[in-house]
Amino acid sequence: MSSRDAILQRLRNRTGGELTAPECDFSVLDRPDWSTAERLDMFERTIESVHGEVHRTTESGWIDRLAEILQSRGAQTLLIAKEHEIGQALRSATKNREDLPQLLVYDEPIESWQEALFNEVDAGITSTRGGIAETGSLILWPTADEPRLMSLVPPIHIAVLKASELYTTFHDAMQSQNWAAGMPTNALLVSGPSKTADIEQTLAYGVHGPKELIVLVIE
Amino acid sequence: MSETAHGSSHHSAHHIDVKEFHPRARAAIHNPQVRQNFRKAMDGLMSKRKSAFEGWDLETLRDLGANIRMRALASLPDLLEQLEQKLTENGITVHWAADGDEACRIVRDICVARDAKTAIKGKSMVSEEMELNHYLEEQGIEALESDLGEYIVQLAEETPSHIIMPAIHKNTGEISQLLHDKTGTDLSNDVEYLTANARLQLREKFRNADVGISGVNFAVAETGTLCLVENEGNGRMTTTVPPCHIAVTGIEKVVPKLEDVTALLALLTRSATGQHITTYFNMISSPRKANELDGPEEVHVVLVDNGRSTIYQDDELLDTLRCIRCGACMNHCPVYTRVGGHTYGTTYPGPIGKILMPHMVGLDEGRHLPTASSLCGACGEVCPVKIPIPDLLVRLRQESVDGDKLHPAKVRGHGAKRSGVEAMIWKGWSWMHARPGLYRLGTSLGARFRKLQPGKVGAWTQYRTAPKLAPKTLHERMKERGQ
Amino acid sequence: MVDPIKVYPAKPSKVYFYGTCLVDMFYPDAGMAGIQLLEREGIQVIYPEDQTCCGQPAYTSGYHDEARAVARAQLGLFPEDWPIVVPSGSCGGMMRKHYPALFKDTSDEVAAAEIAGRVWELTDFLVNVCHITLDDLGEPTTVAMHTSCSARREMGVAEVGPKLLGQLKNVNLVEQVRAEECCGFGGTFAVRHPEISGAMVSEKVDTLVDTGAKEFVTTDCGCLMNIAGYAEKNQKPVTGQHILSFLWERTSSGGEPS
Repeated sequence: MSSRDAILQRLRNRTGGELTAPECDFSVLDRPDWSTAERLDMFERTIESVHGEVHRTTESGWIDRLAEILQSRGAQTLLIAKEHEIGQALRSATKNREDLPQLLVYDEPIESWQEALFNEVDAGITSTRGGIAETGSLILWPTADEPRLMSLVPPIHIAVLKASELYTTFHDAMQSQNWAAGMPTNALLVSGPSKTADIEQTLAYGVHGPKELIVLVIE
Repeated sequence: MSETAHGSSHHSAHHIDVKEFHPRARAAIHNPQVRQNFRKAMDGLMSKRKSAFEGWDLETLRDLGANIRMRALASLPDLLEQLEQKLTENGITVHWAADGDEACRIVRDICVARDAKTAIKGKSMVSEEMELNHYLEEQGIEALESDLGEYIVQLAEETPSHIIMPAIHKNTGEISQLLHDKTGTDLSNDVEYLTANARLQLREKFRNADVGISGVNFAVAETGTLCLVENEGNGRMTTTVPPCHIAVTGIEKVVPKLEDVTALLALLTRSATGQHITTYFNMISSPRKANELDGPEEVHVVLVDNGRSTIYQDDELLDTLRCIRCGACMNHCPVYTRVGGHTYGTTYPGPIGKILMPHMVGLDEGRHLPTASSLCGACGEVCPVKIPIPDLLVRLRQESVDGDKLHPAKVRGHGAKRSGVEAMIWKGWSWMHARPGLYRLGTSLGARFRKLQPGKVGAWTQYRTAPKLAPKTLHERMKERGQ
Repeated sequence: MVDPIKVYPAKPSKVYFYGTCLVDMFYPDAGMAGIQLLEREGIQVIYPEDQTCCGQPAYTSGYHDEARAVARAQLGLFPEDWPIVVPSGSCGGMMRKHYPALFKDTSDEVAAAEIAGRVWELTDFLVNVCHITLDDLGEPTTVAMHTSCSARREMGVAEVGPKLLGQLKNVNLVEQVRAEECCGFGGTFAVRHPEISGAMVSEKVDTLVDTGAKEFVTTDCGCLMNIAGYAEKNQKPVTGQHILSFLWERTSSGGEPS
């Protein structure tokens, strides 16, 4: 008998009494119905408390803001997705301005350029699938177009969040967006730059994930 | 094939004698550095947890946590099959291991099939349970810890002393010295500097590792999803960069619905470290798809039994399997705070260790575990899934002495602590106390001859004066009153 | 775990008094004080002569057959439907919380559950059933309350002691840091793991001394022997009393010595 069968048999032939499944009432997770403005305030406060950086901007102004931010960091290169409108917009913009870093497009399998990703990319910009106000979290839903490592390897991660896509709680987000209907290869909640408290519980930022998380909120 | 339901790995030379609890406890208690490190750490963690739950209806949230876990356990075999089916549909390969040894062999076989020589590891308590690192090293496969706390512990050639913060027993000075000695960093109490160095050193390792090995916090049957919490980013690195990802998990970690993780996550991070959420909550459902540009091409899950299916047999002991490995119990435990994690000599220390490890190592080997508690109940009060830890400790004490003819003992190693002498004492005590006339006679004699009461009463009077028998018992005084 | 909602009975005319073996042998004054406090509230106190011990020491040691034998001998002591008041969080907890489990699958299961439902810790009973008011006749003093783990977590009476002490106008109640942390008694724990218990009681005494209080009070004799015994042996400037003794002393003029 395989281990699988032996384990399942042991579980099924348990000696105890019948096990009943209790009801699970999730309403304790509910929060009052906040307006977008309230959610945005909560989101900003919470993510800033763990060194996330929030910039409120607009459809027309985000590229200017992005350029400022990246200049202040001295970023030379910015990783973008191939198809996404964010990348498209930046590629158009570069034609007419000098103040954006060199754009690198993530359009090859990682094996062919891993060295460059780890050593030459100063920042990566991704979209988000919304955010969560209560915990100060971004919902990342990597795709073939916006691969997973974009938001992990470069020391600066810039995430574009639409204020209209801010949910109050994780439960709200998951249920509203019906995640159970289909999960991607890797879905993520990102709630700040990477950190650790393993050295005498003293917080240090910038461990293996990005050192900086910058959120551009499109209002 | 393996019929063993219980665990304990036999291959490791790294064996700690669990029975030697007392000498280790003594040493820890008299070690001012240990006392200081743990007192400070536990006070901090308790306070953070309390703040994190402000504004919550915590009792209702804990009820939900307990119900979610019980609902999962109520149909565990079906759920595991559903999980296996969904994972497989998603392209993830599922393996089953009866015990830690088999789990190690499965991991090795995956590595060998890929000609893998280096593995990078995210934090996984199950991998500690399996003693996976030692096994892989013996097989010629390098297994490097990437979580900073685990990395520190690995460099020190120790085991974790806490299930969430593995290096909690060390202060900054001790860590600085260790990193200096082993990796050449400057002696420095600057945590930023030490962390930046770890980042640099481990980055190369992520890039070059053949295999990434991780644990699992929750496995969702509905969608075939593996969920992981972390702050550092090493978990994401481990599960995304190397071409092969192997996840190891206990069989009890499965939940039926994706929705379940919202409540469990809310409980886990706040209970563990007082965080509203960890930096990353990673939800993996498949290997790299055909058109994707990164991620592992192979993902494996190893479902590990190692004694869990045996715990599952008993209605009372089953509650042990609700655990979501938050560590709140040990953070609040006055015993753990005084002796630290290494004293227990087991993979899982503290209250959860005391109710879990006897099933894995046996009540003979783990003879001191169930009694190393004053039953204060602080653990049960904070457990996010309401495991009745003190009640389970009493149950294990009964098992240790075969103390209940109505409910014959069944836990591995039961009866190991039954001593002829102690049994006689309790029989005598019971005989007298079940006979009111004899009891009154005995106690009034005690009162009468109280001056003969010894001043030294064993271990009690090592630290305290002996309690003084009263000149008249309450019974006698009530008699005088006519009551 | 603590009853989320306790349904207190109306103030009765009679109660059973279950003294506990530690009170019987070591602190009968505390038992007497409790009885007198109840009588002063106009309640007739019935003291079943055949009471011995709740069985807890054997129970927590795993010797459940022996615990059951002793506990069974207590079940027949309370035939009338009167509340059973207990001057101990620990013994009260044993009866209220653990008797039902101890007698599960036996012919005494129903009786045990019925009795468990009538058990009340004495200070809880004084506050929430008798609605006692206290008039302080004593000299000014500073006191710390030690709420035992069973009083806190099994009987849910953490607020009761401070409520009672708060009524005494000449008593300054102070709180020690880490008040919720166990004192290290734990019954046989103190002798099975003496160093750990010793470390716990040592820190507990330090926190009490640090409050500036010269005395502490508690509902539990086990904690009392443990903390006061440690302080005495190590010449620490704090003494202890059962809270019932303390309350009776301060609110009665002379009368039966406590």
